[in-house]
Amino acid sequence: MSETVASVSALIVKTLLANPKVPRDINGSSKIVEDLAFDSLAVMNFVMEIEDTLDVSVPLDRLADIRTIDDLAACIVSLKQAS
Amino acid sequence: MSIFSKYEGLASALSAVMAGGGRNPFNVVIEKPISSTVGLIEGRETLLFGTNNYLGLSQSPAAIEAAVEAARAYGVGTTGSRIANGTQGLHRQLEERLCAFFRRRHCMVFSTGYQANLGTISALAGKDDYLLLDADSHASIYDGSRLGHAQVIRFRHNDADDLHKRLRRLDGTPGAKLVVVEGIYSMLGDVVPMKEFAAVKRETGAWLLADEAHSVGVMGEHGRGVAEADGVEDDVDFVVGTFSKSLGTVGGYCVSNHEGLDLIRLCSRPYMFTASLPPEVIAATMAALTELENQPELRVRLMDNARRLHAGLQAAGLRTGPQASPVVSVILDDVAVAVAFWNRLLDLGVYVNLSLPPATPDQHPLLRTSVMATHTPEQIDRAVEIFAVVASEMGISRAA
Repeated sequence: MSETVASVSALIVKTLLANPKVPRDINGSSKIVEDLAFDSLAVMNFVMEIEDTLDVSVPLDRLADIRTIDDLAACIVSLKQAS
Repeated sequence: MSIFSKYEGLASALSAVMAGGGRNPFNVVIEKPISSTVGLIEGRETLLFGTNNYLGLSQSPAAIEAAVEAARAYGVGTTGSRIANGTQGLHRQLEERLCAFFRRRHCMVFSTGYQANLGTISALAGKDDYLLLDADSHASIYDGSRLGHAQVIRFRHNDADDLHKRLRRLDGTPGAKLVVVEGIYSMLGDVVPMKEFAAVKRETGAWLLADEAHSVGVMGEHGRGVAEADGVEDDVDFVVGTFSKSLGTVGGYCVSNHEGLDLIRLCSRPYMFTASLPPEVIAATMAALTELENQPELRVRLMDNARRLHAGLQAAGLRTGPQASPVVSVILDDVAVAVAFWNRLLDLGVYVNLSLPPATPDQHPLLRTSVMATHTPEQIDRAVEIFAVVASEMGISRAA
C-alpha cells in the first residue's frame, strides 16, 4: 500500500486549496467544519472528490468521527488497507 | 447555558432571512384553500404554485365524500399501531388496491411518506449491508440510513456510472447492497435515468429501491412512475411512495414482489411504533386512487402545464431546472435575493416554496414551484407574468 496518512493528508490539503474560498493556511490538523467553514453537505461533496482521486468509498457513518484533515486521511488509509 | 444555545446560528440565519420586515418563509399560513389552485393567504386570494398537489385531488369531491362517509361509519381514528389494534379492514383494502395498481404482490401502508422511507430503508439495509444513496436524496432517505445500521455510501446525483464504480469497490464484500434512487427529485424536478440504474442493478446483483413520491400519478402510461415510463419495473425491487402528492391526502407505502416484505412489518420501527392512518384518510386515498386510474387526462394536462410554466419562466430570462416536470425551480445565486424575490411574489399573489442551502443542490437558493393539472393556462401565464415583473424589479435575468 503506497498511501500513508501524511501523503493522503497532503493530497487532501492540495485538493482543498484548489477551492479559492478555503483559507490558505490549512494543514493536517485543521478542523474541517470549524476551520474550513464547511456545512454538512459541503463536507460530503468534498469527500466525494477525494474518494474519486484515491478510488475508495468512505461510508457516511465514518465521517461522524472525523474532525481534522489528518483524521480523514487516517480513515482513508485504514479503508484502503482493509480492501 | 440554555439548551437552545446550540441553535444560535440557526436563529441568526432566520433573523437574516426576516431582516427588513420580511416574512418567515417557513411559517406561511394558508388560511383557507378556496380551490386546489387558489388559497387565502394574509387575507388575499393567492395563486398556489407550491403545494405538490399535482393532480389537484386534495379538493376532489369524490375523495371528500368518501372521507365523510368513512368517518361516519368507522370514526375518526384508530388509536393504535399497525401491529396492534391499528389495522382495520380499510387498511388491508388499501394495501390490496395498491398491489393491484402497481401489479405487485405485497404492500405495506405507513402513516406518512417520510415514515415509509424511514421504515423501509432502515429495515431492509441491516448491519452488515451497504446502502448506496444518490447524493441529492431527500431527507427521509438520509434519515432512514441513520436509523438503520448499514454502511452508507453516496454516489453522484443521477450518475449510474458513478454508482457502478462505487459498487465495483465493494466487489467481494459480504452483505446486500441496496441502491436508493428517486423518480423525480424534489428540488429541481429532474428525472432519474431509471433504465441506466436498472442496468447497473442487473449487472452487479444489487437491490434497487425507487422512491416515486413525486412521479407516481405523474409519469408512466398508467401513472406508476418513472420505472413504468422507462419499462424497467421488473428491475425495481421496492417502490416507495406517498399519498401526500398526486393523491392529495397523507400516508406512504412500499410495494414489492418480494415475499420478505411482510417480515418488515415486524421489524420496521416507524411502522410498528406509531398510530396507523385514520379511516377517513384511507377512504379518501382509495377514492383519489380511483380518480388517478380513471382520469389519465389529468396526467396529460399536468405535463402540458409543466411545459408551459417551464418555458414561460425560461422565456422570462430566469434560470430553471433542466427538465419540464411538475417541479419547476427557479435557480438563483444569492440567498438575500431569493428571500426578497419570494416575499415580492407573495405580495403580488403567487405562493411558491423558498428552498435554501444546504437543503438544495450545489448551494443555490431556489424558488421552487410545483404545477397542478388543475391550474388553468391563464393562472400559469399570470404566475409567469408576476415572476417576470419581480425579476425585472430586481434586475435579474439569465444573462445577468
